[in-house]
Parts: sequence; structure tokens; C-alpha cells
Amino acid sequence: MKIKLRTALAAIALTLSSSLWAGEQYKIDTKGMHAAIEFKIKHLGISWLKGNFNDFSGEFNFDEKNPAASNVSVSINTASLDSNHGERDKHLRGDDFLDVKTFPKAIFKSTKVVSTGNGEAKIHGDLTLHGVTRNIVIDAKQIGAGNDPWGGFRRGFEGSTTISLHDFNINFNLGPASKEVILNLYVEGIRK
Amino acid sequence: MNIETISKWSLSSRVLHWLSAFFIFGLFILGVWMRTLDYYNPWYQQAPDLHKSFGILLISIMIVRLVLRFFTPPPPHLDTHKPWEINIAKVVHWALYLGVILILITGYLIATSENRPIEVFETFNIPVLIQAFDEQEDIAGFIHEWAAYTLMAFVGLHMAGALKHHFIDKDKTLKRML
Ligand code: HEM
Ligand code: HEM
Repeated sequence: MKIKLRTALAAIALTLSSSLWAGEQYKIDTKGMHAAIEFKIKHLGISWLKGNFNDFSGEFNFDEKNPAASNVSVSINTASLDSNHGERDKHLRGDDFLDVKTFPKAIFKSTKVVSTGNGEAKIHGDLTLHGVTRNIVIDAKQIGAGNDPWGGFRRGFEGSTTISLHDFNINFNLGPASKEVILNLYVEGIRK
Repeated sequence: MNIETISKWSLSSRVLHWLSAFFIFGLFILGVWMRTLDYYNPWYQQAPDLHKSFGILLISIMIVRLVLRFFTPPPPHLDTHKPWEINIAKVVHWALYLGVILILITGYLIATSENRPIEVFETFNIPVLIQAFDEQEDIAGFIHEWAAYTLMAFVGLHMAGALKHHFIDKDKTLKRML
């Protein structure tokens, strides 16, 4: 009797959790680094300044039949900012910009995924950066999915969003053309 | 030759002392000022370039100064110098040397952190010798900044000592460095 009760409970728990986790769980491949988070901002309105965050991690849940049930979360180590120029990196990490000592992590957590067809979706979510949390929308697109040669299954996306520095309480004056930053994400997930 | 001239600092020591003091004050003021410039200030790019160029010049001055220090020992202490004064002066002098060396090394490490040479007065390059550690510009930058402020505190003590000898003790300590 006892045993039966336990199996029954286990069965209920299993069905519950599988309906909660209807899709497939993926871990972003930051070990093999088949992923990148890039930022770019207009320099004087003349060209682009580009850089990367080299250290981050994340996962996503993907439901092919019901894309709206998908979700994604990414955590970025802000000190890993790299624009290929030491003095600028030091400045961008300092309190004029990201203040990475006080705010060592930037976090994105999706709240809603709206499929727009063709493997494209709008990912709504909360971005916490520089201590400020704001709702943003990432335009995402699936690039591909399939078996890798090493026994795993992978799925890749690219995503892009534009944020205003002022929204995140970063107010160093870089000039009128440089008030917004474009964030580009290229992620490849390995199915768990 | 009388006692007076023998106990003066050598001409090279005096020149190098005041030359490096002048550079160090200049670099400190330039360093603090350049960090306050906004992005559209015409000096935003030039000030750091000058800071690094004059900094490299100071490195060569300090190398000559330290090498000469071993060949031309300082003059003997004045009879009026008390043991505690001699000891404090010794500690402060070596703290000053050490502080300057630390600032020069970390300055070089910030400027070369991205594996690119330092352009000196837009005429020649100082090559990158080492990539010391990860996040080099942050660690070296932190030390550079704090060592610079600490050095200035020690320079303050040092000057207070020199002025005390000159105006209160009325001895030759400052004069023999001039
Ligand atoms: C005794 C000599 C020097 C003094 C007193 C000095 C002082 C300073 C000060 C006060 C700052 C500003 C610190 C801050 O607020 O972050 C600074 C920054 C800096 N210094 Fe020096 N410095 C010296 C030598 C050098 C040398 C030799 C170099 C390189 C060859 C150098 C390269 C730099 C760089 C790259 C910065 C960082 C600027 C930035 O954060 O963008 N300095 N220095
Ligand atoms: C950046 C500023 C300065 C630095 C880094 C500095 C550094 C030094 C050092 C390391 C020594 C010892 C020399 C040795 O034993 O080889 C020395 C000696 C001396 N300095 Fe300075 N100095 C500075 C500014 C000044 C100023 C502004 C004065 C005068 C107000 C001054 C007056 C003297 C005198 C009188 C001596 C000789 C001390 C003695 O006979 O024991 N220095 N300085």
C-alpha cells in the first residue's frame, strides 16, 4: 500500500513536471564557445564601435509545437567586456558606464515568447543591467538544428535588440548619435 | 676642497632629483585632470597620449637615476641630523623610490594591456614586453591610481621634512640638494 502511494505520487509529479517542461532543455554551449554576445554603438555618428562580453552562461527551453511555451535565460559577467582596447575597457567597466564592481552580472530572463512564423520570434523579457531592470524585446531567429558529430543534438539562434543607455541609468555623454546600444546574441544550445 | 662642497649632492644627483620631481608632479596633475575630461574635449585623446609619452621619458630618467645612485653614494649625514630623522628619511626615501617604480611599471602595464605598443610623441614605439595577467588594465589601473595618491602623501612628508630642516633647524639639508 505504501509503495503504491509512493509510485502514484511519483507518477503525478512526473506528469506535472513534464507538462511544465513540455519542450526540450538546452544549455548554451559556452564551454566549446559556440556562442557570442556582441554589442555595438555608433561612434560619433561616423562608424560603429564593437565589442563583446566574453563570459556568460545560459539555457533555453524550446518547444517546437508550441513556441510560446519556450523560455530563455542568460547571465553575463559584465567584467568580461572586451572592446579590444585596454584603456577603453577599463573606462567602460568603471563607474562612468557599467560599474562592474557594484553590478557584476547582467541578467536576461524571458517572460513571453511570441512566434512570428518562419522560425522567428519576439522574445519579451526582463533585462537587468547596471542595477536597473527593464522589459526588452529580442528579435530572435532560429538558424538551424540537428545532430552534431559527437553524439549530441544542437539548436542555434541569433537574436538582436536595441537598448537605450539612459534607460539603464548610464548617462556618460558620448554624443547625440551614441545613445543606443545594439546587442547581438548568437547562441548554440546543446540538448540536455 | 672644503667640507661644504664634499657634502653636497653630486651635480648629477641634483639634476636628476629635480628633473624627476618635476615630471612626477606633472604626470600626477595630468593623470588626475585627463580622467575628468568629457568625451568631446579636444584633449580627450591627446592628454593620455602625452601622459604616456612623458611617462616613458620618466622611466628612462629613473633608470639613469637609480643606476647612478649605486655609483655615486649620497653625501654623509650632517652632524646635526638626529638618528630618528635619519631613520625616517631613509624609510621615506625608499618608499618614494619604490612608489615611483611601482607606478611606472603599472602605467606601462595598463598602456600595453591589449598587446599594442606605446607610441611616444608619435615618433617611436615602445614594444609590449609581457602580458602579465587577465584583466591587466583593471588590476594595474587600480594599483597605478592608488600608488599615485599614496606617493603624493609621501612626497608631502618628504617636503615637510626638507622645509623643517631649512626653516626650523636652519641646516644645509635642502641647500645641498639645490
Ligand atoms: C610617476 C609617474 C606617474 C604618475 C604620478 C601617474 C599618475 C597617474 C594618475 C593620477 C592617473 C589617473 C588615475 C585614475 O584616476 O584612474 C594615471 C592614469 C594612467 N597612467 Fe599614469 N602616472 C605616471 C606614470 C605613467 C606611465 C609611465 C604610464 C605609461 C607608460 C602611465 C600610463 C597611464 C595610463 C594608461 C593611465 C590610465 C588612463 C585611463 O584610465 O584611461 N602613467 N596616471
Ligand atoms: C615628486 C617629488 C619628489 C620625489 C619623488 C623625491 C625623491 C627623493 C628621494 C628618493 C631622495 C633620496 C635620494 C637618495 O637617497 O638617493 C630625495 C632627497 C631629497 N629631496 Fe626629494 N623628492 C621629491 C621632491 C622634493 C621636493 C619638492 C623637495 C624640497 C622641498 C625635496 C628635497 C629633497 C632633499 C633636501 C633631499 C636630500 C635629503 C638628504 O640629504 O637626506 N624633494 N628626494
